Amino acid sequence: MESTVKCREGVCLHAEQIDKIYPGTKALDHVSFDVLAGKVNVLIGENGAGKSTLMKIIAGIEQPSAGTLYMGDKEVAFKNTTEARKHGIGIIHQELSLFPNLNVYQNIFMAKEKKTGFVLDNKKHAQLAAQILERLEHPISPDTLIGDLRVGQQQMIEIARNLIADDLKILIMDEPTSSLSQQEVKILFKIMRELLAQGISIVYISHRLEEIMEIGDHVTILRDGRYVADADVRDIDVPWIVKQMTGEGKSYPKKDRNIDWEKQETVLEVRDLTLPKSGGGYLLHHVDFNLKRGEILGIYGLMGAGRTEVFECIMGLRPEHTGDILLEGKKMEIHSISEQIERGFALVPEDRQREGLVQTMSILKNISLSSIKKYVKGFLLDDKLEGRRADEQIKDIHIKVADKNLPILSLSGGNQQKVVIGKGLLTNPKILLLDEPSRGIDIGAKTEVFDIINQYAEKGLSIIVISSELKEIIAIADRVMVLSNGIKTGELIGDEIQEESLVLSSYKGHHGQ
Amino acid sequence: MSTNKKSSNNALAMTLLKGRTFIVLIVLLIFFSIKAANFLSLNTAMLIAKHVALYGILGIGMTYVIITGGIDLSVGAIVGLAGMIAGGLLEKGLTLQMFGVTLYFNVPAVFIITMLLGVVIGTLNGLVITRFNVAPFIATLGMMYVARGFAMIRSGGATYSKITGNEALGNTGWEVFGRNIPGTVIPVGVVILAIIAVIAAVILRKTAFGWHVLSIGGNEKAARLSGVKVNKVKIMVYAFSGLCAAVVGIIASSQLVAAHPATGEGWEMNAIAAAVLGGTSMAGGVGTIGGTIVGAFVIGVINDGMVMCGVSEFWQMVIKGLVIVLAVIIDQFQRNMQAKMALQARNENK
Repeated sequence: MESTVKCREGVCLHAEQIDKIYPGTKALDHVSFDVLAGKVNVLIGENGAGKSTLMKIIAGIEQPSAGTLYMGDKEVAFKNTTEARKHGIGIIHQELSLFPNLNVYQNIFMAKEKKTGFVLDNKKHAQLAAQILERLEHPISPDTLIGDLRVGQQQMIEIARNLIADDLKILIMDEPTSSLSQQEVKILFKIMRELLAQGISIVYISHRLEEIMEIGDHVTILRDGRYVADADVRDIDVPWIVKQMTGEGKSYPKKDRNIDWEKQETVLEVRDLTLPKSGGGYLLHHVDFNLKRGEILGIYGLMGAGRTEVFECIMGLRPEHTGDILLEGKKMEIHSISEQIERGFALVPEDRQREGLVQTMSILKNISLSSIKKYVKGFLLDDKLEGRRADEQIKDIHIKVADKNLPILSLSGGNQQKVVIGKGLLTNPKILLLDEPSRGIDIGAKTEVFDIINQYAEKGLSIIVISSELKEIIAIADRVMVLSNGIKTGELIGDEIQEESLVLSSYKGHHGQ
Repeated sequence: MSTNKKSSNNALAMTLLKGRTFIVLIVLLIFFSIKAANFLSLNTAMLIAKHVALYGILGIGMTYVIITGGIDLSVGAIVGLAGMIAGGLLEKGLTLQMFGVTLYFNVPAVFIITMLLGVVIGTLNGLVITRFNVAPFIATLGMMYVARGFAMIRSGGATYSKITGNEALGNTGWEVFGRNIPGTVIPVGVVILAIIAVIAAVILRKTAFGWHVLSIGGNEKAARLSGVKVNKVKIMVYAFSGLCAAVVGIIASSQLVAAHPATGEGWEMNAIAAAVLGGTSMAGGVGTIGGTIVGAFVIGVINDGMVMCGVSEFWQMVIKGLVIVLAVIIDQFQRNMQAKMALQARNENK
C-alpha cells in the first residue's frame, strides 16, 4: 500500500505523524514537521517538549514508533546514523561528540578514513582537513589535538566532519550556541548562511529567543510532544513564541498557602556565592538568596544555568566556591557531604540511576542508607528498627512496594524516585534539596511527588526544588529564583510566578561573556 | 497458570544457581573419594583443612576488597613478608646498631607486631588508592613487588629455620599456630578461620560499616552522595586485607616452623578464586563471607584431591583456571536471571 505523499515544493524532508513511545511516556504524539530547503528551520519547545526526540529520529539515532519520513517523493527509514548520513543528514549534538585525545584530521575522518591498501593516508587527511577548514574560515592546523581547542573551534570541527563528504543535505544543530561567546556566535551564523547558499538546509534547535529571531527563517513549536504552531520568523515576535511554548491547558493544582513569609524565620542564607569555571568564567557569579522555614523555594533555569552547582556548593561537593552560607544564622565551614548531612541537609540528586540508587541493594537498604547509623544499637544493626522506620517512610510517601527486600530495580521509575526522596527524609533533615525530582517519571507519580513536597513543607521542612518544567515549578513553589548563565536574573513571589516572566528571565544573562 | 509454573521454575533455578558452589563442592568430594584411595579419611580432612584455613582467611579479606570494586594483589607478598618479619624476630631478634644491643620479643609480642605490619601495609595500599587515585590493580601490584622484595632483603634470601625460639630468650611457642588445639584433631588455623569468618560475616551484614562497604561497590557516587565516607571505608578495607594476610603469614610460618621468603607466592590468586567461586562479583557490591569459605573449600579440595590422584601440577593449573572462568560465567548468568526477574516483577507491579 504505497502512499504518494510527496514533499511539497521547497521541502526537502517531511516527517508525517511521528509517534515515539518510551516506557512510561509518549515523547512524540502525531507530530508532522517540514524541513524547508535552503532555510534555517528552528525547532523550539520546553524541556520535554519532544524536540530532541524528533531530531534523533530524523538523524537515525532513534526509530519512530509510528509515522514515516519522506525525502523528495520517496519514503525513507534510517536504522542508524550511518544510513541517515548516506541520505545526506548530519547532526551536531549539544554535547559535541569529538575525541579530545585525537587531532583535527583524525576526528574529521574517523570512520571515513582514506587508505592506500591497509595504510592510512594521513597526508591526504591533513590536506583535505585544511581545505575544509579554510572554507569555514577557521584555519586551524590539522595536527592540533581537539582537547587543546576552544569550544567554538571544536564546533567548527564538528561542522567540518559533516561537510567532508560532499553530499550533506540537512544539517541538524542541537543548541549549538550554548557554549559560545558572542564573537563565536557571529562567526557561526556567517558560516550557516554560507551553508544555506550552498544548498544545505539547517534544522536549528535552540532556547535562545533573540538568536532565533536573528538567524531563523521558519519556526516550529512543540509542546508536550505535540505540534503547536509554525510560522515564518519575519511574521512573528518573541512574545508570540513564548505564548505558543507555554500556552494554556492543564496545570497542576496550585496549593493555597496563606503565610506571611516576612514573619517566618530564615533557615538558610546564601551570600555572594561564586564558583569559578575551569578555563575561565563562572558557573555561579555572586548569587544571593535565602530560604525561610517551611518554605518551598523553586530554582528555575535552563541547562548550564548553575542550578545543580548551587546544591553542590551547599552540600560541600565544591570546595573551591567562595561566598558565605549560613544555617539558622550561623556561618558554616563546609568540609564534606557527610558533615552537611549531619547538619541537617538532604540531597536528592538529578540522575537517580547514576547518583541516587545503589542498584545492587534492596529497596530497604537503599532507603535506609543515609540514616543507617540511627538504627545501630551497640555495634550491631537493629534490623527490626530499621525495618519499622523504612515501613513508616514507605507508607508516608505512598511508595508502591510488594516486599521491601526485593531489589530496587523491581520498582517503577516513579517509585524508585520516591525511594531516593525517602532516603533523604529518613535523615530527618532541616533542609531538603531536590534536583529535578520529577524527571523521567510519569504524570501520576509526578503529582504524588508534589504531594510529598507539600506535605513535608506543612510539617515545617524547608525545601528547595530545582526544576526546568514551568508548570511544575509554578504549582509547587512559594517563591522562585531564576538563574541564567550563573547569574540570578529574577526572583518571583506568589502571584508573580507566571510562565512568561519565568521564561523571559531565564534567557537573560546570555549576552556578552 | 503458565506464569505461575514459570515463576516457580524460575525460583527453583535461582536456588540451584545460588547454591551452585556448594553443589560443586559435594560433587567434587564424591568424585575424589571414588578416584583417590584414602580420600575420605581424617588425615586428608585435616590436611585439606589446614590449607583451606590459609586460602579462606586471605579470601575473607579479599572479599571485602572486591566488594568495594577493588582488588588486592599484594596479599601473597604480605604473607611472605609477615612470615619473614616474625621469623626474623624469633630467630635473630631486632638488632639496634646504635646501641649495640639485640632485642628479643616473646611470642605474643611478635604476633602483635606482625599483625600491625599487615595493617600498616594495607593502610598504605588504601592511601595510595584513595589519595592519589591510583587504580587498585596497579597500587597493589606495586606493593606486591615491594613487600616481596623486603621479604627477600630481610634475610638476604635465606630461610629462617630455627623459629621455635630459645628458652633462655623467652620466645618459644610459635608453632602453636600451626598445630592442633591440644587434645583435639582441630587445627588452630581452622579455629582462627572460623573466628575471623564469623566476625567478618557479622560486620558485613549487621553493621553500618558493612552496608557502607556494600554500597560503595554497588554505586560509589550514590554512596558518597548518601553520606558514606567512601575514602575512609576503602582504606579500612585494604587495611583489613593486609591484616588477614599477616595472620596467614603467621599460621603458615607456624605450620612449617620455618619462614621462607617465597611463602605465599601466587596465593593472592587463590584468594581471588575463593571469593569469586563464592559468588563475589568482580563488578563490586555483591559477596558473602559464607560463599567465600565454600569457595576456599572448593579450591582446597581441588588442589589436594588432584595431588592425591596423581594429577600433574601442570594439569592442576589448567583445571583451576577453567573452574574459575566457568564460575564467573555462571555468576553472570545468575545475575542476568535476577535482573530479568526484577524487571518482570516491576512490570507486574505497575
